[in-house]
Amino acid sequence: MNFERFILTASKAYRYLKKFGHEKSLEAAGRHNISTHQEGITCTNLNIAYNSHIAIQDLSGTFQSGTLTAVIGPNGGGKSTLLKTIKGFIRPSSGAITRNGIPLSQITYLSQNSEIDRSFPLSVKDVVAMGLCSEVGFFRHYNRTQCEKIMQALDSVGLLECADRALHTLSGGQFQRVLFARMALQNAPIVLLDEPFAAIDSSTMEALAQLLCKWQQQGRTIIVVLHDLDIVREFFPKTLVLARQSIAWGDTKETLTLDNLRKAKFYSHNWDNNELEAVPSTWSRN
Amino acid sequence: MYDFFILPFEDYIFLRRALVACLALSMSCAPMGVLIVLRRMSLMGDALSHSILPGVAIGFLLRGLSLPMMSLGGFISALLVAFLAGVVSRTTLLREDASLVGFYLISLAFGSLIVSIKGTNVDLMHILFGTILAVDKVSLLLVAGISSLTLIIGALIYRPLIIECFDPSFMYSLGARGALYHGLFIMLIVLCMVASFQALGTLMALGLMMLPAIAARFWAEEIGALFIIAFIIASLSGYAGLLLSYHYIWPSGPSIILVAGLFYTISLLIGRYGSIWKTHK
Repeated sequence: MNFERFILTASKAYRYLKKFGHEKSLEAAGRHNISTHQEGITCTNLNIAYNSHIAIQDLSGTFQSGTLTAVIGPNGGGKSTLLKTIKGFIRPSSGAITRNGIPLSQITYLSQNSEIDRSFPLSVKDVVAMGLCSEVGFFRHYNRTQCEKIMQALDSVGLLECADRALHTLSGGQFQRVLFARMALQNAPIVLLDEPFAAIDSSTMEALAQLLCKWQQQGRTIIVVLHDLDIVREFFPKTLVLARQSIAWGDTKETLTLDNLRKAKFYSHNWDNNELEAVPSTWSRN
Repeated sequence: MYDFFILPFEDYIFLRRALVACLALSMSCAPMGVLIVLRRMSLMGDALSHSILPGVAIGFLLRGLSLPMMSLGGFISALLVAFLAGVVSRTTLLREDASLVGFYLISLAFGSLIVSIKGTNVDLMHILFGTILAVDKVSLLLVAGISSLTLIIGALIYRPLIIECFDPSFMYSLGARGALYHGLFIMLIVLCMVASFQALGTLMALGLMMLPAIAARFWAEEIGALFIIAFIIASLSGYAGLLLSYHYIWPSGPSIILVAGLFYTISLLIGRYGSIWKTHK
């Protein structure tokens, strides 16, 4: 084997990888103008169905750019489906969804029951550092500013002292904080969260909700599926009540009414009785 | 002492080669094993290791007991089985583990059949249980080469590999090609198995990967430490196994795996984290 040639090829490969990482970081740098998009996420006559089971019917409306919206509604009302469709995991059966030119990779999505193995032997810092992956790339070192960013993100969720702790020593609430710190670093213009506050303690819930408000002030568009109405009232300016179709969509004060909730529940009873026909067509929408 | 522990390796070149082969294997197999455990693919690894056999057998059919040919055959057939199992689980109602079991049973039966028809029972035993004491210069280079390649590729794709193991949906949401890294990972596993089948046979190729890795789980809770401890356990098993097999004329493959098994049992009983002793104290 010609040794020199081997070294040459290896250094070429290294340069290629470096370049590859660099391009990725450029791509990431281009997205810091978070608030330049105005329209937000617009759904037009959106219909989504799995194997003839209707999940969302004729949804039209806009998540304005830079708003913090709670999505509430009965189980099976299509809340998670809506988030997955925005993230591009599910294709709509008909209708359209526009994200104002933001690529899917720049939408942060936190799934409902993350199937993460919490006994995985990583430290808290390691997990949070993953949030910088699209900036750093897969093949390069984290430099000092990036390490500082990681520490700032940990600080913002109140876990600075836990940076070097093993993941499996954390409580459920602390683990959720870690995931939020990771999302903070991703710095995405659109953030989608599916039941992020399920089964965590109330102080964590409050701290994380405040963090969401902070992100909104930075100009991000945030959509959160929730079922705790008190949290919605306290922290979320906008609400969408979803029961396969939009029952109400707008300012939380006007949409989160007993009347609308009753209506959503009434629709959901109707699915249980008659699964095939989702919503009686004679009822007019509000 | 010296006569028992060092002298055999000083006297016999075949033992020295076997020892070097074991150390090289430990280098690549131990970290891969750790990742397999973390990815919860232990059973899938088992199935993969059996699917090497038909390729090895076809190599044997074409060239006799030639290691490079058998290794190439094994590599191709294991990748083929992994690919087919993936396709079947994605397009039919079977889950990946079930479809893999289906394929590996076919592979095992098919492989044994070919070797038995063409060769003798001794050949079949060699292929199934390994002949580490017959490692020659060519096969040593092959083993060392494959191990180095695995380590280098593993180091290059370390970060995406860990993310893909830890949180596949996060990887997916980054828009990164998780499937690519998963595929590369499976390729590395197969490479390791192909490297170790000469030493340990297709039936036990997985032993030097999995036993040190699961034993290490009881001694460390940080991934780098896991790699190192798994490597130490694997190489000690290789050394002690060879020694036992020399002194008591035991077959080498099972001796090595049994020593690794001993390490595992001890770790299970008195390990630092989550062992029986720790949880019942």
